[in-house]
Amino acid sequence: MTASVAPGSDIAIDVRGLTKSFGGRAVVKNLSMRVRRGQIYGFLGPNGSGKTTTIRMLCGLLTPDSGEGTCLGYNILTESRKIKRHVGYMTQRFSLYQDLSIRENLEFVARVFGLRDPAGAARASIDRLGLAGRETQLAAELSGGWKQRLALGACILPSPDLLLLDEPTAGVDPKARREFWNEIHALAADGLTVLVSTHYMDEAERCHEIAYIAYGELLARGTVDEVVAGAGLTTWRVTGDELQALSIKLAATPGVDMVAPFGASLHVGGRDAAALERAIAPHRSDASLRWTRDEPSLEDVFIDLMTRAKDNFQ
Amino acid sequence: MSGDGDFPGLFSRFWAMLVKEFLQLRRDRVTLATMITVPLMQLLLFGYAINTTPRHLPTAVMLQESSDVGRSILAALRNSDFFDIRKVVSSEVEFDHLLQSGEVLFVVEIPANFERSLRRGDTPALLVAADATDPVASGSALSALGSLVKTALTRDRFTPVQDDAPPAFEIRSHARYNPAGSSQLNIVPGLLGTILTMTMLIYTALSVTREVERGTMESLLAMPIGPTEIMMGKIAPYLLVGLIQATLIVGAGYIAFGVPVIGSLTLLSLLSLLFIAANLSIGYTFSTVAQNQLQAMQMAIMFFLPNILLSGFAFPFAGMPAWAQWIGECLPVTHYIRIVRGIMLKGSGMEDLRVDALWLTGLMLLAMLVAIRRFRQTLD
Repeated sequence: MTASVAPGSDIAIDVRGLTKSFGGRAVVKNLSMRVRRGQIYGFLGPNGSGKTTTIRMLCGLLTPDSGEGTCLGYNILTESRKIKRHVGYMTQRFSLYQDLSIRENLEFVARVFGLRDPAGAARASIDRLGLAGRETQLAAELSGGWKQRLALGACILPSPDLLLLDEPTAGVDPKARREFWNEIHALAADGLTVLVSTHYMDEAERCHEIAYIAYGELLARGTVDEVVAGAGLTTWRVTGDELQALSIKLAATPGVDMVAPFGASLHVGGRDAAALERAIAPHRSDASLRWTRDEPSLEDVFIDLMTRAKDNFQ
Repeated sequence: MSGDGDFPGLFSRFWAMLVKEFLQLRRDRVTLATMITVPLMQLLLFGYAINTTPRHLPTAVMLQESSDVGRSILAALRNSDFFDIRKVVSSEVEFDHLLQSGEVLFVVEIPANFERSLRRGDTPALLVAADATDPVASGSALSALGSLVKTALTRDRFTPVQDDAPPAFEIRSHARYNPAGSSQLNIVPGLLGTILTMTMLIYTALSVTREVERGTMESLLAMPIGPTEIMMGKIAPYLLVGLIQATLIVGAGYIAFGVPVIGSLTLLSLLSLLFIAANLSIGYTFSTVAQNQLQAMQMAIMFFLPNILLSGFAFPFAGMPAWAQWIGECLPVTHYIRIVRGIMLKGSGMEDLRVDALWLTGLMLLAMLVAIRRFRQTLD
């Protein structure tokens, strides 16, 4: 295999052929990915697709069954202690101490990472997070949004080089989500690499690059535009009456690979443009329907990828 | 263990863990309350309840003759706190039935011609049958019986008053183990050991599984902290808790039961700390093996039982078969009870207790080694 990436190179994560199974069921299959330093890398995929498992393998919480690679230039198989020192991992479920206050949690992290002035570091972090005045509040008493801020604060406290965020915005309101992403972009601008898993399409579009994973396999990667273009999907938008009935009819028609309601309209997509045209031709003459060619959205692409993955793996 | 085990970093991580555990302990009001009430309650409860000097021992008297001496003895038994005369019988069958059914634990038989033999100076025998299922209680009841009867016979002028006179009668019974002196003197050291074992085991037995169940283990493992630092940080706060408990028990033992500390208090504290650390390590080991808090608790209790039964606390160590003694030797509390009895009651020094202290150290290190090796550093 290729030589591991030296520390200081511009590749933060470089892994090849990662495979992990639990109880005989493969959760991640032969996954390879490469993330450049300073990038915000979106990790997308349905529930149970292997996102969390992959992230855990990257930071040494799980040992891959096979595969190899480096994280921040350190071997993920043999140097997990060093990786842990330079990585901030935000778990999907809040995993700081509920029975400790905000300040006590932050001081704990600062001490574990051996920061010279844990109290000062915690205070700075509290100010940065806008948590001043609430630092003595117990973590258990915080709302979802504040918990998430605290968890992020704890992750970036030891000044890591890489952030691994596992669905950090699940269950958080839109305003808090927007602020969270502003923070992530500010951190990336400072040179931090961020790998973030998410379900939200709008969040995917905020990433520099994305990877789509389903059933343990990486199905697409690149910038949002590259992924959309790479899917080769042709889509039409239909508005009109009785879209539900139409949707059922179209879904069963050969040439239509994807039908999805989108507000008051319907997205109809297919990988073969000509076949799709033939499939919708009978309905285009329907006066109650209005058909327009449309660019496929990222969501269209993902739903299509997922449907195809399902056909292949299940 | 790890490649970057620099000392300042190691200490910082240990310190982080220790501070965190202390803070969590402070917030846990129930645990805080039990920390003080449980040892005191157990000591007072068992200290008063476990009493090998019998009181109100259910007793029957079998009178084979109707005599003044017999009535005098009966009256003496009735007037004493030791015995509770339930029945006076005259047949062998009734006698056997009472003892077999457990209605009485003790039967005193005044044989026929007892009075005549006594007057003749033939040293007649008072026959005693005791329920052997409680040998300790009946053992000390026997010695109480002797002096009771002697006093009664002297008072009622059946026998001479002089102290140096040869005994006018004898008590015939099976030889039994008989703990010397006040029972509390023996029980407080034993309780110190067993109470500390129970509380210390449970505190640490829950510590790792709790982190797993609460989901905090994932964060902890993702941080650069190793098994040794986590273990030390989790054990250290409870050393203080254990020492406070030990102080409470020894203090209450002195105030409530007048159990002194004849030997060195410093040595007692130091060896108590060693014992506390050994139990904390064992509890911590359970914590690394168990899947959840319930399992950890069950393991702690499973381990606790032999601590009570085979340590020489409940039953005399010397009376146990060799294999049971070997199991007992492998329990920290066995050595600690010896240490505490030695220091508190006999004034023993380090020289006398060297072997037991070594055992404690060895058991502690073994438990720690197992715990560090068993600690799962990944979520695999």
